[in-house]
Amino acid sequence: MPKEKDKKKPSPAGNPKEDAIEVMATVIEPLPNAMFRVELENKHQVLAHISGRMRKNFIRILPGDKVAVELSPYDLTRGRIIYRYK
Amino acid sequence: MIVLKSQAELEKMHRAGLVVWEVLTMLRAMVRPGLSTMDLEEAAERRTAERGARAAFKGYRGYPSVLCTSINNEVVHGIPSRERVLREGDILSIDYGAEVDGYFADAAVTVPVGKISPGLERLLATTREALDRAIEKMRPGNRLGDISAAVQTWVEGRGYSVVRDLVGHGIGTRMHEEPQLPNYGTPGHGAQVEPGLVLAIEPMVNAGRPDVHTLEDQWTAVTSDGSYSAHFEHTVAATRDGPWILTRPREVTGPSW
Repeated sequence: MPKEKDKKKPSPAGNPKEDAIEVMATVIEPLPNAMFRVELENKHQVLAHISGRMRKNFIRILPGDKVAVELSPYDLTRGRIIYRYK
Repeated sequence: MIVLKSQAELEKMHRAGLVVWEVLTMLRAMVRPGLSTMDLEEAAERRTAERGARAAFKGYRGYPSVLCTSINNEVVHGIPSRERVLREGDILSIDYGAEVDGYFADAAVTVPVGKISPGLERLLATTREALDRAIEKMRPGNRLGDISAAVQTWVEGRGYSVVRDLVGHGIGTRMHEEPQLPNYGTPGHGAQVEPGLVLAIEPMVNAGRPDVHTLEDQWTAVTSDGSYSAHFEHTVAATRDGPWILTRPREVTGPSW
């Protein structure tokens, strides 16, 4: 009985896109190049950049905004701002 | 992980292989116009039980039968049924696998029903030869790509196409093991053939385009352009002295089918 050829390559290491950690944070200060220093609920401060999707939709971020940040599983001090709460 | 088999394991697989060979040989002789594919299925099931083996396909991933009976433009995985009656001029591909003592064997043959056209004779002969050429490459020192390429260049050189979505496979304590063995490839590529490697080599050849799609029954694979398709298969072990066709008695020589 022939086998169906496998088309997708399984990822052996784990998928950083799925493993990312989402947290809420407050924006502390803007930095050059659309980077922001944000403070997480646990008082840790983290360097975050604005996500391409937010850039595309012209969403502005100001200090004091509450935002959702996606932290990289490989470096918990870097993140991506993916949502700004009202 | 490619699992190599010891001499003792190869002997066990050969025992399963002999059951497969016996059943397919019996079925080949039975094939004639007016017979239904279910008749073949019942005969196969009976003989399997008589030999104390287990039919490997039934229940495998939900497959309902002991045989795959694929007619004309059906490539593989045709499900036997009372309603499918063989007619003069058809070609029927019978695929069967058995498990004995924990080890599997898998083989297939495409049989003419009554008299068939010279075009179909040529398709069958080409596919048969493709299998023999592939078996010849099952020697230590070669690579999987050599086997795949042997099938591809022969088949395409004769004006037919090689099915790409379905592949041969390693076999042993499970029906489907690593590695996958496509019927197309590049010489010199792929894993090394070493003694103890056992592969189910199964060229599937279409008279027209290689594309295949699955019918609503979730199993039967048919050629997308409706062209005829042939399939031959053996379970072959690579040994230091060359290929050993586990799915036939050692005394039998000559073309594998």
